[in-house]
Amino acid sequence: MGIIDLLVLTIYIVAGGALIMVFTLLNTAYLTYYERKVMAHMQQRLGPMHTGYHGLLQPLADGLKLFFKEDIIPSQADKAVFILAPLMGLIPAFISFAVVPFGPKFTVMGHEVPLYLADLNISLLYVLALSSMGAYGIIMAGWSSNSKYALMGGLRSSSQVISYEIAMGLSLISVLMMSGSLSLVEITKAQAGAGLLGILPNWNVFCQPVAFIIYLIASIAETNRAPFDLPEAENELVAGFHVEYSGMRFAYFFMAEYANMLMVSCLAVVLFLGGWNPIIPRSVFEMVPGLGGYIGFIGDPAVWWFIIKLYAYFFLFLWFRATLPRLRYDQLMKLGWKIMLPVALANILVTGIVMTFLN
Amino acid sequence: MLLQTGFIYFATVIVVCALMVITRKNPVHSVLFMLPLFFHVAGIFIMLNAEFVAAVQVLVYAGAIMVLFLFVVMLLNIQKERVRPRVGLKWTFTAPLGLTLFGFLVAILVRSQYNGTQGSFTIEAVKQIGNSQAIGQVLYTDFLFPFEVASVILLVAMVGAIVLAKKRLD
Amino acid sequence: MPSFSMDNMVSILPEMIVLSLALAVLMFDLALPKDEKRYLAYFSVAGLAIAGYQTMNLAGLQLDTFYGMFVLDGYAIFFKVLFYIAAAIAILISIGYVKGQEMDKGEYYALILFATAGMMVMASGADLISIYLGLELMALSVYILAGFMRGSMKSNEAALKYFLLGAFSSGILLYGIAIIYGVTGTTNLAGIAAFIQSGQYSGPALTLAMILLVAGFGFKVAAVPFHMWVPDVYEGAPTSVTAFMSVGPKAAGFAAFLRVFTTALPGIQPDWTVIIASLAIMSMLIGNVVAISQTNIKRMLAYSSIAHAGYAMVGFVSGGMQGVSSVMMYLFIYMFMNLGAFGMVVMLRKDGVAGEELKDFAGLAKKNRTAALLMMVFMFSLAGIPPTAGFMGKFYVFMAAIDAGFTWLAIIGVMMSAVSAYFYLRVIMYMYMKEPEGEFELAAPLSLKLAMAVAVLGVLYIGMAPAGLIDFARISIAGMM
Repeated sequence: MGIIDLLVLTIYIVAGGALIMVFTLLNTAYLTYYERKVMAHMQQRLGPMHTGYHGLLQPLADGLKLFFKEDIIPSQADKAVFILAPLMGLIPAFISFAVVPFGPKFTVMGHEVPLYLADLNISLLYVLALSSMGAYGIIMAGWSSNSKYALMGGLRSSSQVISYEIAMGLSLISVLMMSGSLSLVEITKAQAGAGLLGILPNWNVFCQPVAFIIYLIASIAETNRAPFDLPEAENELVAGFHVEYSGMRFAYFFMAEYANMLMVSCLAVVLFLGGWNPIIPRSVFEMVPGLGGYIGFIGDPAVWWFIIKLYAYFFLFLWFRATLPRLRYDQLMKLGWKIMLPVALANILVTGIVMTFLN
Repeated sequence: MLLQTGFIYFATVIVVCALMVITRKNPVHSVLFMLPLFFHVAGIFIMLNAEFVAAVQVLVYAGAIMVLFLFVVMLLNIQKERVRPRVGLKWTFTAPLGLTLFGFLVAILVRSQYNGTQGSFTIEAVKQIGNSQAIGQVLYTDFLFPFEVASVILLVAMVGAIVLAKKRLD
Repeated sequence: MPSFSMDNMVSILPEMIVLSLALAVLMFDLALPKDEKRYLAYFSVAGLAIAGYQTMNLAGLQLDTFYGMFVLDGYAIFFKVLFYIAAAIAILISIGYVKGQEMDKGEYYALILFATAGMMVMASGADLISIYLGLELMALSVYILAGFMRGSMKSNEAALKYFLLGAFSSGILLYGIAIIYGVTGTTNLAGIAAFIQSGQYSGPALTLAMILLVAGFGFKVAAVPFHMWVPDVYEGAPTSVTAFMSVGPKAAGFAAFLRVFTTALPGIQPDWTVIIASLAIMSMLIGNVVAISQTNIKRMLAYSSIAHAGYAMVGFVSGGMQGVSSVMMYLFIYMFMNLGAFGMVVMLRKDGVAGEELKDFAGLAKKNRTAALLMMVFMFSLAGIPPTAGFMGKFYVFMAAIDAGFTWLAIIGVMMSAVSAYFYLRVIMYMYMKEPEGEFELAAPLSLKLAMAVAVLGVLYIGMAPAGLIDFARISIAGMM
């Protein structure tokens, strides 16, 4: 490898990383806006309206406000752990985006540029490994605050994350069995083309509906969202593990939570919803006269399909939050261990049997 | 050159973290120092072209087992450990003994030759079929029997946990 | 890639039967009401009998399966038969006892079966990895069994001590395995032997690995100086578990110990002979001498168990066909007599509590002639007095030592046996010469009587006609040696 190649590679990695960071940061900010707007309209309200056109600048205003707030560290807190905790939540959530395939490779000036930073052999495991780090941020915050509400919230949250991680991992195994790879790019590629009956796309959600439902529930529980938001059940625990945090440190937790939600949504899109594969095949567009030329105009449309699916999946989070009441702790554990886990295991068994007979 | 530097970095951090784990007064800090330790062990695995093992190392050890440790240590809230003297009279006997043993082990291992039979999975072979694929193939052929025995061990561990820790005695 | 042949399934048939049995016990446990758990025990014993029948059907086969991980040969079959009998007798002993101690749960029998499966894997392992995993399966099950009496502090202490020290010894064993792998590039026993034979290795690392293996296995067979856990664990664990623990895991430890050292490391035999010989001497010396001062019968039997590991190691040191077969025979005999002795401890209840002290046996002969007689037979056998099996076991072990040129080792063994007679005969003295104090209560359900009958018949039959057993042992290892 020559020095030029190395330089190009470095620039590519840095630029790509920066791009993904910007994407993630913007999304975490605007997902809050998305959430507030959707929730508001579901409840016959308007939501943020004043800052900017229809409140479009609201996330920036919130960020600015949090940035200038006083940073308080409780005197009885374990200072080092207290400071580390938000970072432990934020960093893994952000770096896991490195392997998300937003779109396929496309050619610019004779160079092949992929729309993902890295195609690891084990990218799914990479994401899972990093997402399991999220529990540390929570548990460290809960403990170091030296407050019983925070501790209780932290304990609840991490036990919830651990319990549902198992069901989530198991639901992914049946998908892996079908695609035969741990690489997210390969999994996306395996879902190309037409699938069942020749009408539906070849997405895993149609071949593995049970796995998808388990993943959906587990992904909501993993990110501690309603109806599984017991860790921050405000009427019992004030605010959960981050009750003692303020200012930017609090914002870190907030960002980590939304980054995690974004990540599980990305994963759902890649694993179940066909990733960058189009909802409406390209050939359909090309049949419309005059439209074919526009397809290449704003980059490859594949990435837009990805984004559309992403927000559609994220919409489910908001929908559930607006609809369902919170579970009790024992119900939560029962659901995780006694229903989802056996169902996921049975699903793997059935998948294995079917695959054996189909081959 | 790059490999050597990388190894020296990872190894140093591992040793330093390991020392921190056993010297911290607060057990929670001890457990937390194991976290970078596991990550750096995973780093060494990556340098050995074993990405799968590296990811599983983080997923299982850092992601699951350490969380459990942290839980236990936090809930116990061990105040006694913080004030108990770490170095006592016992050390005058045990420390030289341990150091001598360590010296012996190092001397023996350094003076030996390692020219055992090479396996068929060279770096090129692994790169060609893919790391996780290679592990999968070996796991379900050569190591099928131990793999299944390991699953029985986990079952026994589960039964044991329930038998020993279930609340009701009946 | 070699194809997966049917031989693989045939070779693990016994293991599969025992494991299915364990799983079936776990399942049936859910269906059975609280007081009916004894049916699980009968079911387990019947299943073990089937497994034994199937195993004997496989006798004469020599299958090297699972890509060199597993081997079914006469040696493995011999030990598997031993494990079945040990597990069956231990289960029969337990039935009444677990009920009295409020540990009457289905998992108890399942765990004994899981431990048995682990021991079988150890006896059949042809690779350090499968041997290690078998060992862990066995050890984990026994750790749990040791702490099964949840209400008792002593049981908890025993389980914790056993677990911590056991985990430590597993670590040492693994370190040894890792070094062997580093030096030879393989964990397969035959592969290791071939590598050493080829003379490619140099340096002391292999010897270091061998020492670490000795430490790891020495812990499992309870040899001095790796015996620290034995008295406390044997005393604290529920007696029925102690009975099982003192014969099963010990025999399994020896099974793996012998196989690893005779098939993988014959190239460095002079090195390990010295070490194991010194272990044998220390075990016999410390086991027997310390046992004299014990007043708790379980502790006394614990030290006696250490001493018996020493005797067995004398045969190990002798090596060769004669040495190995004498160890196998010794373990078989030890299984009967030790289970018998512990069975008697299980049976005896004094003043409403378990009679575990030596003085609880005082005057037993006046109250129950049969029980005292049985205990006497087992004590005679443990001391090695003819015409019991214990004598024959020691006879063959010491003969093997003399034939292999270790006369001095045999002399030490005989001297230590003489020392041991003191504390074994003291039990008999208490039973026959002392006046009974307090109320005896012999909890002897039919199952326990049956187990004791089997044990005493085994001890007497082998004592008078040992040829059958020694031939079985010799034919078993004909293929391996």
